[in-house]
Amino acid sequence: MQRTVFRNRWLPYLLVFPQMAVTVLFFFWPALKSLQLSLYRVSPFGDSMTFVGLANFAKLLGDAEYYRSVLNSFVFSAGVTVLAVGGSLFMAALATQRIRGLAAYRTLLLWPYGIAPAVAGIIFLFIFHPTYGILPYFLSFITAYEFNWLLKGWVAMTLVIVSTAWTHLGYNIAFYVAGLLAIPGAVLEAADVDGAGPLRRFASIVFPLISPITFYLVTLNMVFAFFESFGVIDAVTKGGPGDATMIMVYKLYKDGFIGLNLGSSGAQSVILMALVIGLTMLQFRYAEKKVTYR
Amino acid sequence: MTSASAGQLEQARVGVGTVAAARRKPPVSWNTLAIHVLLIACIAVVAFPLYFAFVISTQDIQQVVQRPPRLVPSVHALENYVEAWHKAHMGRMLFNSLVMAVTVAVGKIIISMLSAFAVVYFDFRGRMVCFWMIFVTLMLPVPVRLMSTYEVIGTLGWINTYQGLTVPLMASATATFLFRQFYLTIPNELAEAAQLDGAGPMRFLFQFLLPLSWANIAALFVVLFIFGWNQYLWPLLITNTETMRTVVIGLEELIPRSGTELPTWNLIMAGAMMALLPPVAIIIFMQRWFVKGLVESEK
Repeated sequence: MQRTVFRNRWLPYLLVFPQMAVTVLFFFWPALKSLQLSLYRVSPFGDSMTFVGLANFAKLLGDAEYYRSVLNSFVFSAGVTVLAVGGSLFMAALATQRIRGLAAYRTLLLWPYGIAPAVAGIIFLFIFHPTYGILPYFLSFITAYEFNWLLKGWVAMTLVIVSTAWTHLGYNIAFYVAGLLAIPGAVLEAADVDGAGPLRRFASIVFPLISPITFYLVTLNMVFAFFESFGVIDAVTKGGPGDATMIMVYKLYKDGFIGLNLGSSGAQSVILMALVIGLTMLQFRYAEKKVTYR
Repeated sequence: MTSASAGQLEQARVGVGTVAAARRKPPVSWNTLAIHVLLIACIAVVAFPLYFAFVISTQDIQQVVQRPPRLVPSVHALENYVEAWHKAHMGRMLFNSLVMAVTVAVGKIIISMLSAFAVVYFDFRGRMVCFWMIFVTLMLPVPVRLMSTYEVIGTLGWINTYQGLTVPLMASATATFLFRQFYLTIPNELAEAAQLDGAGPMRFLFQFLLPLSWANIAALFVVLFIFGWNQYLWPLLITNTETMRTVVIGLEELIPRSGTELPTWNLIMAGAMMALLPPVAIIIFMQRWFVKGLVESEK
């Protein structure tokens, strides 16, 4: 739908110009350049380029380290998504029960969204610290297992997952609270009349009604975890120990800026691009469903 | 609708229940109590990392490393914050973060408002192309164009500049769609009336649409300010001098990577508190706008 009221030959172009200039200069041109780089071998100082076809991709696909980073990315984003979406659904469902204090509870649960993942990572880094951290200290009473993220890959992964999920909570809770409040009271009343208990009511009525929001949040949390989590890895683990937390975005940065392997980083960019396009499409395909009941 | 009608339903329920309840004992709802207890427990878990960071930021280094860990604040807050402030050049970094967050937010809002206005109120060749180009930016986050964007910034000579930090982040599909959605809810009669009054498009934008848009602008500003403040990869790429660092990336410098220097965790936590306070305070004090901005700028 559109309304065409004003007639002017050049004004609309002037109005869209700033947006288009930024888009072309900093989004389209670099993206095309990445596509091009992915097909070339470039010398470290960029002075000579040789066309190599799909060789950069072939090399990546034969590289165990790259597979490791893909696997890490999926583990990381699945962990973040399950923890952040699950946790926030639980809390939002509690906060929207028919009780007093919804506004206060919501405020007290929203604020972690303001914390940058990297800053959250630094706080959790200290909580997990092998010598001074509070978590290994208390765990030492329960088990002799050495809960040291500097040595054990899965502990490091847990550290970055938990701290990232913490920062996602506020966002998800805001959506769930809005969605849960939009469910007509009459629907819930009907369930009460039918004698459904709170859990039964949640499982068979509330959860299906908000499933479009859940779907939206799952794809969005995955996109965030995939593409916006460079900070937490860089500030906390730098991909280590070994390559236990080396996610795709961090490997791309390392190969490009530190390894100066422009061809390979171009190919990695293209693979990431395909992934984000897929996830965004998935998200939009089901986006219309969401508005039907609201 | 929700809270009002929920309240009415609640009243209706109470009304039906009173006759029976008056005869039996007063209804102490264990369910309600359990929900409050669970919620408070959730808040405690969610807030603990922040509380812990604050507590550490108020202790001296002996208290930080003492066993068992000390979980109550101490009296060294002021000296820690002052030392962290000087050691990490906090003043400069917070200033840079503020400049970046405000400029990105304001720039995104202005650019998006103008392009949404063009797309909704004009018919021009290439309208749909513009629309799709804006949409596609959603699928091009910084990491997928990392090296080549850096090259563009280098060619422009924008490394270590505020325009390098801010201008490339100003394209915004979500903000443009939000304004477009909003303009489409405004009755066509308003534009027609404005035209009858002899108002041109720009006067219509500033005198009619803008006053109606403040709620949306406030909501977007809160969300975009937080987005700008918490950027990590972009400032890391664009700046390499201490004077241009933003606080989120500069904080990392407080953590020694060499084995020779002992990490002063109380100072690191003091720095972290200073870095997270502005965006968290904005969420708490502008909660209404924040929720509106988040939920409505969903695509």
